[in-house]
Amino acid sequence: MMAHDETPDQLTAALGGLAAPLSLDLTTRLFGRWTTVPGPVGELFLAYTDVGVSYIRTAASVRGRAEVFREHFHQRFNRPLQHVAAVPAGLFPDAARAQEAPVDLRTLTSFERDVLTATREIPVGQVRPYAWIAKAIGRPKAVRAVGTALGNNPVPVLIPCHRVVRADGHLGQYVFGADVKEDLLRAEESNVDEMRALADARRAVVGHDGVVCYPSCDRIRSVPAASRRAFRTVAQAVQAGYRPCERCGPVA
Amino acid sequence: MTDPDAAVLAAIADDLDAGFAELVRTHQRVVLSVALRVGGRDAEDLAAECFLRAYHALRGYDRSRILALRPRSWLLTILLNTWRNTVRAASRRPVVAVAELPERATAGPSVEQQVADAETRGELAALVSTLPENQRVAVVLRHVVDLPVAEIAAVMAAPEGTVKSHISRGLARLREQYAKEVVR
Repeated sequence: MMAHDETPDQLTAALGGLAAPLSLDLTTRLFGRWTTVPGPVGELFLAYTDVGVSYIRTAASVRGRAEVFREHFHQRFNRPLQHVAAVPAGLFPDAARAQEAPVDLRTLTSFERDVLTATREIPVGQVRPYAWIAKAIGRPKAVRAVGTALGNNPVPVLIPCHRVVRADGHLGQYVFGADVKEDLLRAEESNVDEMRALADARRAVVGHDGVVCYPSCDRIRSVPAASRRAFRTVAQAVQAGYRPCERCGPVA
Repeated sequence: MTDPDAAVLAAIADDLDAGFAELVRTHQRVVLSVALRVGGRDAEDLAAECFLRAYHALRGYDRSRILALRPRSWLLTILLNTWRNTVRAASRRPVVAVAELPERATAGPSVEQQVADAETRGELAALVSTLPENQRVAVVLRHVVDLPVAEIAAVMAAPEGTVKSHISRGLARLREQYAKEVVR
């Protein structure tokens, strides 16, 4: 019986044919690819998978060093990395088309994914408060958790968590520091100075022609200051006879 | 341990990610084949999970521990543990999942022969998938991916005599049913 087992025959030969096809290659599935790309406020280190962009860090945040970026990537994703010369077309478009770029958010919780998906809806050059995101994902009380999820955004800049600000109109914190947040907003021509002046005056929303908006809303930005009326809260504006803008959707 | 293994391990010790790419290239066919014929469904997921666990382990190993590895046995041990922990926990049975394509093409068997082979492969794969676990693992390691009995014993953490017995019983069971199918 034993001797028979070790003698090649029709059956054992056929079993040898059950090996996986030679053409299967797991490399693409296992490895992240990384490269550097020019960003709106300096160079970015970017990693992507077969699904989409998975990790972005500013050069400053990794001290411009590939090994620091790789170490951060390894700690977060526990996956090997390969360097590539250039990012594939469409993976890191300009801000106007960033919403369409494929991203790989598989390591996140569904709550974190919801937060980031809602954040992608904020138009270029505009900002929304954390509470707006919380409401958009149907979790209006989870404002603090929204902030945590944004702080954990693996692909900043591409998913514009820099466009999410405090309810009082101040810009608030950012994964790469408040200065970088401001730089990013200025680079996309947000009215940062105007928002800051309003926030300092403790005004969060602005009304005009019966409609109340966030100060960065494209409906209100072209309106001269003299024709506007600023309010501390949406509720106060509504009380004064304004209705919330359907474009920027200010939340009470 | 063969020389290619020593080269791959040295590469891993020098530059983990570059060396790991070599490890994947060198051993993925064996890992995928065992994942396919022992695990069955989701074989690529299982194989990928095995390699990621291996990567995670390698990140924590120092040079001497890396150089002491026997990569194929080590990977297959991780694969079988992963399979037992995850797939079997979900009480899934192997099936003939991946398309049974004739892959060893070109100079050799005719198209007709390849098609016949592919059909035979499908039937045989189904028979293998019905073997009891120990027999299936042993037969696949011995005859699908051609491991020596001593290495199978290491992977299965069993004495060589026990491994031979699993192989022998598994083959006997297959031979009985395979004969019915083929000689029809």
